[in-house]
Amino acid sequence: MADLSSNFVGIKSPNPFWLASAPPTDKEYNVVRAFEAGWGGVVWKTLGEDPPVVNVSSRYGAMHYSGQKIAGFNNIELITDRPLDVNLKEIERVKKNWPDRAMVVSLMVPCEEESWEKILRRVETTGCDGIELNFGCPHGMSERGMGSAVGQVPEYIQMVTEWCKKHTKIPTLVKLTPNITNILLPARAAVNGGADGVSLINTINSITAVNLDIMAPEPVVNGKGAHGGYCGPAVKPIALNMVGEIARDPECKNIPISGIGGVETWRDAAEFIALGAGTVQVCTAAMHYGFKIVEDMVDGLNNWMDEKGYHSIDDFRGAASKNFVDWGQLDMNYDIKALINQDLCIKCGLCHIACEDTSHQAITAERVDGQRKYTVIDEECVGCNLCMHVCPVEDCITMEEVQHDKPYMTWLEDPRNPANKKTA
Amino acid sequence: MTDSSHAAKTPIEMPPVPETPDIAAGRLSPEEYKENFSDLLPALDRRRAIIEADRCYFCYDAPCIEACPTGIDIPSFIHKISTDNVKGAATDILTANIMGGACARVCPVEELCEDACVRNTQNSQPVKIGRLQRYAVDGLMQRDDKQIFTRKEPTGKKIAVIGAGPAGMSCAHRLATLGHNVVVFDAKTKAGGLNEYGIAAYKLPDDFAQKEIDYILSIGGIEMRYEHALGEKIKLEELRRDFDAVFVGTGLSGVNKLGLDGEDLKGVENAVDYIAALRQAKDLSKLPVGRKIVVIGGGNTAIDIAIQTKRLGAEDVTLVYRRGEDDMNATWHEQELAQNNGVVIKHWAQPKRLIGWNGHVRQIEFEYTQLDGSGKLTGTGDTFTLLVDTVFKAIGQHFVPSPVQEGGRDLLTITPKGKIAVNEDRQTSLDNVWAGGDCIEGQDLTVAAVEDGKRAAIAIDRALSA
Repeated sequence: MADLSSNFVGIKSPNPFWLASAPPTDKEYNVVRAFEAGWGGVVWKTLGEDPPVVNVSSRYGAMHYSGQKIAGFNNIELITDRPLDVNLKEIERVKKNWPDRAMVVSLMVPCEEESWEKILRRVETTGCDGIELNFGCPHGMSERGMGSAVGQVPEYIQMVTEWCKKHTKIPTLVKLTPNITNILLPARAAVNGGADGVSLINTINSITAVNLDIMAPEPVVNGKGAHGGYCGPAVKPIALNMVGEIARDPECKNIPISGIGGVETWRDAAEFIALGAGTVQVCTAAMHYGFKIVEDMVDGLNNWMDEKGYHSIDDFRGAASKNFVDWGQLDMNYDIKALINQDLCIKCGLCHIACEDTSHQAITAERVDGQRKYTVIDEECVGCNLCMHVCPVEDCITMEEVQHDKPYMTWLEDPRNPANKKTA
Repeated sequence: MTDSSHAAKTPIEMPPVPETPDIAAGRLSPEEYKENFSDLLPALDRRRAIIEADRCYFCYDAPCIEACPTGIDIPSFIHKISTDNVKGAATDILTANIMGGACARVCPVEELCEDACVRNTQNSQPVKIGRLQRYAVDGLMQRDDKQIFTRKEPTGKKIAVIGAGPAGMSCAHRLATLGHNVVVFDAKTKAGGLNEYGIAAYKLPDDFAQKEIDYILSIGGIEMRYEHALGEKIKLEELRRDFDAVFVGTGLSGVNKLGLDGEDLKGVENAVDYIAALRQAKDLSKLPVGRKIVVIGGGNTAIDIAIQTKRLGAEDVTLVYRRGEDDMNATWHEQELAQNNGVVIKHWAQPKRLIGWNGHVRQIEFEYTQLDGSGKLTGTGDTFTLLVDTVFKAIGQHFVPSPVQEGGRDLLTITPKGKIAVNEDRQTSLDNVWAGGDCIEGQDLTVAAVEDGKRAAIAIDRALSA
């Protein structure tokens, strides 16, 4: 059995699966249920100054795809709408009763040092393990100068992080918004402000759907809709990229990362960890299926690690990071061709029509003795993978490497690169 | 085999046979009748339909289209279901097959589109094309804007269609959309042909056949004349004279006989007649049915009569077919359905003797059969006897040529198999007469008949506008 225990910026948890700051972590009741189910830690739903915010009715939108519910999910809910006192008392009690679980508290107050100092002093009394600065929330709070309104300005991130580091010794995570053009700028600002770690991604500005009868964005609140924060399986690729970028950025100085965004299975988690994350945070998957899904996350990751011979999370953490490079570092001599396994082929013709209509006309459609036959023309195939992706049969289309003795050659070294011709 | 050869050598005393047959109505409770003759397969609701539609791969050069006699663009209509474009889906279906609603319910999809579905080769279930087709067409029928067809400018041409079954009505509808006026003649009092009189009740419940006819007629330009049988009230030569073209879709009116003594005993009935009576019965509890039924035949009619009599409350229904399971015209799906309904299917036996009492059949003797060295079916000499209240003959139907004869002479060419000869366009040997449906050679299927009517209409239109 592999050791899944995690020590992330000094915060210990029995496994790297934390619940993200969100509705599932708003109350003692939910958090206790989560811990009973086996979650390694939680980031308590964001606390703010009293009086608490007021939420609207109708809060979630969803992107259903091909009969699959919740491929993507969004919300227009604000931070906790319960009094600060109530939350703090519950946090203290839960931490006391569940000392082995990570208890991180998410915070969001106006962008003034005094406000931060005040709330930090109160939060420290709970015995929590860490704080997470919510610089990511893209809706509602940002209109009040908080959340992503701070997260989109690197200078503010650095400033607030510095205040927090000045006023508390508890490990401080900075939660980053993806609603920016380059994730490295806010990440570096957090590093420069002294953050112990970063968590990302927060949700993405989004409209999940437009109600064509009401003519308003979903979720509709009495005839109108606002943009919400997008999350769930659909955002995982965006989150992986941002996590990977920070992990490989020298200026981010290997800052610990808590990966967030569409994590639903142990495999998703392993991918985030392989790109450099130390823990992962989950919300949508729990909201879709309940807390029980953590069982497979723990079990599945454990079995996979055993199979691969990894003894701890650190054994493979960042293992894919070194292979995450810029395009210019890819091998121009690498050559693959699609190969259709005729025994597995079910004759759906999707590979042909995809290639014919939208790519390189490299798959022929024939009738041989009345039977449909689809064949790759190697000379035309550029190895784009499109046919493999559209093929509904597992392993029917494989991409086969063309054997040659050419060396690894990047575009920078490629004689076809115009820049190289000039110097020649 | 051992038992029967033993029986053949040593005659056994027959058990005493009750003298009067047990044939009675009202064997079931009202709830049971309702349950037994309601929809065989319930309609898909929106969510199930969308999930099923999403299973379709949207194949290029899709094999299912090729397998559909009417060539419905199946991936296209299924895709439209998945996007909630139900009207578009139904339009795809009905423009290729105006009886897409009936076909969705009665087609042997397991031998047509669903058999061709590429999903089968993945060791998986095919996409439920038939049920999706029903979802789309039913969805359209519930809309206020369900009329998706318009008629072209009137051509002033008039076409006679003989037979208001799937072939005739399909032909009439297409001709009407092309701007022609049509008069449809039918021997019966209702349109629909086998959809109305022949298909098993639980496949087309809720008067579906008439609703479909109403939809077809709503295009306009189609006049119906019932109780006009060809060769009686109307004559082919007169119609040829009075109309610009004639389409013959009269189906098969002859029922094949067993050729056994005692065939005229009471209780020896044609399956098609009983099914027609069942389909027209206003109250099934008034329809008498025997306790012990024997069905002879291996096609879908045999299956249909067997299941329906079982569902009417018959105690023992035995279907006897002279060859093996794979030789049966009824699809595996139909055979399975019969067995699931408690019908006993006996293969490799042929009727030998009908034994009556007081003019009513009481027993039927069968002889086991086998294939001899040359592959010919022969009797083994071994026999068995079944006690029976009703024997249903379902060994096929044939085309009766007399209506298309005059003075004992065929007006149009008849094939060696005894059906009307047609070319690709379904044109007969007469230049202004086309034919389709069961009275020509081909698959005896509703969907094939619809295609015949459609093709003939297109050809008639071409001929008349030339």
